Amino acid sequence: MPKDNADEKGGIGAATTRREDFRFLTGAGQYTDDITLQGQTHAVFARSDVANGVIKSIDTSTAMGMPGVLAIFTGEDFVDVGGNPAGWLINSRDGEPMKEPKRPVLAHGKVRHVGDAYAAVIAETKQQAQDAVEAIEADIEELPAVIDMASAVAGGGLVHDEIETNVCFDWGWIEDNRAATDAAIKAAPHVTTLELVNNRLVPNAMEPRASIADYNAGTDEYTLYTTSQNPHLTRLLISAFVLGIPENKLRVVAPDVGGGFGSKIYHYGEEALVLAAAKKLKRPVKWTASRSEAFLTDAHGRDHVTKIELACEKDGTFIAFRTETMANVGAYLSNFSTATPTFLHGTLMAGNYTVPNVYVNVKAVFTNTAPVDAYRGAGRPEATYSIERVIDMCARELGIDPIELRRKNFVKPDQYPFASAAGLEYDSGNYDAQMDKLEALIDRDGFAARRAESEKNGKLRGLGVNAYIEACGIAPSNLVGILGSRVGLYDAATVRVNATGNLSVMVGAHSHGQGHETAFPQVVADMLGVDPASIDIVHGDTAKIPFGMGTYGSRSLAVCGSAVVRATEKIIAKAKKIAAHMLEAAEGDIELSDGQFSVAGTDKSVSFGEVALKAYIPHQFPIEDIEPGLEETAFYDPANFTYPSGAYACEVEVDPETGKVTVERFAAADDFGNIINPMIVTGQVHGGLGQGIGQALIEQTAYDESGQLLSASYMDYAMPRADDLPFYQVDHSDGTPCTHNPLGVKGCGEAGAIGSPPTVVNAVVDAIQSGGMDVTHVDMPLTPARVWNAMQG
Amino acid sequence: MYEFDLTRPTTIADAVAALNEEDAQALGGGQTLIPTMKQRLAMPSKLVSLGAIPEMKGVCMSDAGEVCIGGATPHAVVSAEATAFPGLADLAGQIGDPAVRNRGTIGGSLANNDPSACYPAAALAAGATIVTNSREIAADDFFEGMFETSLEEGEIITEVRFPVPEVSHYEKFLQPASRFALVGVMVAKFADGVRVAVTGASENGVFRWKEAEQALSANFSADAVSDLALSGDEMISDLHGSGEYRAHLVNVMTGRAVKAAS
Repeated sequence: MPKDNADEKGGIGAATTRREDFRFLTGAGQYTDDITLQGQTHAVFARSDVANGVIKSIDTSTAMGMPGVLAIFTGEDFVDVGGNPAGWLINSRDGEPMKEPKRPVLAHGKVRHVGDAYAAVIAETKQQAQDAVEAIEADIEELPAVIDMASAVAGGGLVHDEIETNVCFDWGWIEDNRAATDAAIKAAPHVTTLELVNNRLVPNAMEPRASIADYNAGTDEYTLYTTSQNPHLTRLLISAFVLGIPENKLRVVAPDVGGGFGSKIYHYGEEALVLAAAKKLKRPVKWTASRSEAFLTDAHGRDHVTKIELACEKDGTFIAFRTETMANVGAYLSNFSTATPTFLHGTLMAGNYTVPNVYVNVKAVFTNTAPVDAYRGAGRPEATYSIERVIDMCARELGIDPIELRRKNFVKPDQYPFASAAGLEYDSGNYDAQMDKLEALIDRDGFAARRAESEKNGKLRGLGVNAYIEACGIAPSNLVGILGSRVGLYDAATVRVNATGNLSVMVGAHSHGQGHETAFPQVVADMLGVDPASIDIVHGDTAKIPFGMGTYGSRSLAVCGSAVVRATEKIIAKAKKIAAHMLEAAEGDIELSDGQFSVAGTDKSVSFGEVALKAYIPHQFPIEDIEPGLEETAFYDPANFTYPSGAYACEVEVDPETGKVTVERFAAADDFGNIINPMIVTGQVHGGLGQGIGQALIEQTAYDESGQLLSASYMDYAMPRADDLPFYQVDHSDGTPCTHNPLGVKGCGEAGAIGSPPTVVNAVVDAIQSGGMDVTHVDMPLTPARVWNAMQG
Repeated sequence: MYEFDLTRPTTIADAVAALNEEDAQALGGGQTLIPTMKQRLAMPSKLVSLGAIPEMKGVCMSDAGEVCIGGATPHAVVSAEATAFPGLADLAGQIGDPAVRNRGTIGGSLANNDPSACYPAAALAAGATIVTNSREIAADDFFEGMFETSLEEGEIITEVRFPVPEVSHYEKFLQPASRFALVGVMVAKFADGVRVAVTGASENGVFRWKEAEQALSANFSADAVSDLALSGDEMISDLHGSGEYRAHLVNVMTGRAVKAAS
C-alpha cells in the first residue's frame, strides 16, 4: 500500500512529522488543568490512610466553617446514585455470574484501599480546600488488610462483606477443552512447569488525572472537561449507570491529554463528584490529582500470579498449554478489569503456535489495593510473558535452540485463516519471516564474539528472544458481545468537506500521544488526492464528534481509521454525483485522480475544490437528486480482531558482582500490516519497548502487609529513563495486511510493551546460566538486588 | 503546601537573626524541603533562604591547601570548579540530575544528612571541617545518624573545608528510582592513611569503614579489601535491597573505588 511518491504527497506511507508536536513543544497545548472557568471552585478529596476500615463517623462541621469552604460531600450524599460498573460480565466455571460489589462515588460504610476517597471539600481555593480536608474528623476503625492474593482466596478477611468471598470469578477458557488438555498433559513425554509473577505497574501518565465540571442552570446542561481516552464512553457510564444525567444534557470534553496507557479509559468517582458539586453550587468545580493521588488511585496494571505448564513431544512439538492464574482486581472493579485478565489474556494463550490444546483458568481476586485494570497491552503482555518464558525454559530443558523450538511450532503462512486452540481466528501473519528478519537485525551470528568481549570485562552476556501475537483493533461488537462485553466496540467518523474545500474530520478515537492529527489526514488525503494540510482532525468532544468508543487496545486506526475510510468513500460517491452534474456526464463515467474529477476518456474535469463549492452553493443544482452539502458519517464495526505479531531479541549484560542488568542491544521485527506513517509507528514501538523494559527491570509496585503502598513516589518507583534503555533496531516493513479492514492495518500501540518483558527476562536467564549458575527463572522486575539474590543460589 | 513567609537575607548575621524566630526554617536549595512542604509534611511558618548571601557562595583554596566551599554553593558549581579535588568534583557531578545540581547546595545536603546522600561520604572520607556561623566541626563529630547532625537549632553551615587527598574516588551504586546512593563509597588516600566513608547502606547513616581503612592504609589495592566482610545486620533493608545485599555492595564499591583511584 505505501506508494513510491508517498513522502512527497504526505499520503499513506509517508513519514510525515507530527503536526501536533508543534503545539506540545511550544507550550501551546491545552490540557484539562490549563482550563480556568469563570467562578471556578476547587475540589480536594479526603482519602483513607488505611487499607481496610469501617467508617464509624465523619464529622465535617469544623471543616465546613473554615474560610472559603462552599460544600463538603461524603459517601452519604451518593447512596441513591448508581455504582461505577464493570464493562464485561464474566461467568465462573460453575456458571455463576461474577461478583459485582458496588463501586460508589465516595466510600460509604467502609474504606477499601489507601487513597480511597471518603469525602470531598469544595472551596474557593485549592489551599482552602486542602486546609478543610485536614479539619474533617473521620473515625475510621482499621481492619486487617487483605493484600496477598493467595491468602485472599483462602478466606479470612473480606474486602466486600456483602459478597462473602474475595474471589470475583473463577473462569475457565475454553471449558470444553479442559478435559482434553488435562489428558494431553498427563500423557505427554515432556512437561515444563513454571510459576511466575507478572508484576504490578503504576501507569504514570505524565499528566495526572484532572476534571472540571460546569453546570448551566438555565439549560440544565453539564460540561465535563476531563482527562479521558474516550469521552463518549465516560459520558455513557456517567449517564446510564452513575449519576443518571441524560446523555443529551452532558457534554464530555477530553482536550489535550498527556498520556493514558489505559489508566484514562475508565470513569473515576472524581468525575462524578465534580459534576454533582457543580450542580449544587451552580459554579464550576475543578480537581487536579497530585502525583501522590495518581500513585494511589489511578488503576494499576498487570499483577498476575501464574502457574503455566507446557507439554510437548521429545522433539519439541507442542501438545498443550495449561495455566492457573490469580489476577488482582484490587478493591473495586474498574471498567475493563474483568475483561483484561480473561478475554484479553486467555484468548491469546496459544501464542503464535499450532499447539492443539489450551486451557486457561483465572481467578480474579479482590484485595485492599488500588483497582487494577488494562495498562498498555492489557492481558496480552501477561499471556505473552507466560508463554514465552515457559517456551524458553522448555528449550533449555530439551537442549533445543530457543528460536528453532519456536519455529517448529509457528503457525505457517499457508495456514491462515488459522483457528487457534484458544478460540481466535488469526487472519494473517508470517512468523518465520519476522524471525528471519530478527536474526539479521540482532546480528545473531555476532553474539558469540560479543559474549566473549563481555566476559573479558567481567560481565555475563545473554541473548533472549521472543515471539508475540496480540488481538488488537478491540472491536467486533458481535464477538465481544458473546464474550461478555456490555458495550459495542465499533467506532465512528464524520468527514465534513467545507465550502472552501478544506476538511474537518470528526473522529471517535482520541489522540493522547498516538499522532492521530497527523496520521488520519494522511488516509483521507490519499483517498481524495488533496493536500493533507487541508484536513483537520476533530476529536475529544462529545458535542462535536460522532459516538465513538475511544482509544485503547491499539484500535484507533484499525477501527476508527476504517470508519474514516468508509465516510470518505461516501464523500467520494456523492462528490462524483455532483461532478457528473457539473460536467454533464454520467456518474459512472466520473473518475477521481489527484484531486480532479474527470470524465473518462475526455479532458473534461473539475477539481475537488470546485465540487465542494458547488455542494454548498447549489445554484442550478439537481436538488431532487442530490442534497446540498458534502458531509458523511460512517460507523465501522469490523469482522474480527486484528492480529499484530512480531519477534523481538535483546542482549543484556549482567554484572555478576552487583546483579545490575544493562540492555545492550534490542531488536524488534513487527508485523503491523500496512503502515500509514512509519515514523509514528517507530515512535509507538519505542515507547512500548521503554515501558516493557521498565516492567522487566525496574518498575516495582509494592504494598506492605497493612496495605500501604511502599512505592508511592518517584523516590521508590523507578520509571525508565533514557540511560536505562538501549538504542533500538526496529523494523516494521513488509507486514502481512489485515484481511478484513479497508486499510489492511493491525495496530501498533501496545506491541512494544507486550513483546519486550519476556525478551529481557529470557536474556538475563541466558546470561546468568552462561556464568555456570543454575538459575532457571527470576521474577520481574529484575532489579540488581533480585538478580544478585538469584545468583547466590 | 501551607502558607509561609519567605525572607532572603544577604548577610550571615541577618540570616542567623531571622532563624531565631519561632518555626523559622533555613532553606538551602530546597531539593528536600520544598517537596516535603508540597506534601504538607513540613509547615515552617517562615523560610530563611540562604541563597542570597554572597559570602556563602563559591569555591576557593585556603592557605592550608584546603578546598573551601561556601555553604550555599550548588553542586553544579562544585562539580565544575572544585578541580583541585577531582574526587569531590566527580561526586558532586553525580548528585541527582541537572536541575537538582543547579539548585541543591552542599550546606543543605550536609545539614539534612540524608542516609543516602552523596556529600556526607565526601565530607567524612576527606575529614572535612564543617564551618558554621558559630564554630568549626570536624566531619567525624558532625554526623550523628540518619538525618541527625551536631548542628544546633538555627546554626548555619557557612563553609566546608576539604583537605585534598593524594588520590580519591567515589563509587556510587544507584538506587534505580531515586538515583540516590543505594550504596556509595568514597575512598580518600592521604599521606598519613586512607579514609573510607560509606553512604546509603547503614541504618545509622554515613559511616567510616575502619577495617577497610586499616587494610588499605597498609596496601592500597582492591585486593586488600576483597576478603573483608561487613555484617548486614545494621544495614538498611528495603524495597531496593536487603541489608545483606547492601553489605555486599559496600565491599564491591570499595574495591572499585580503590581501583579507580589507584
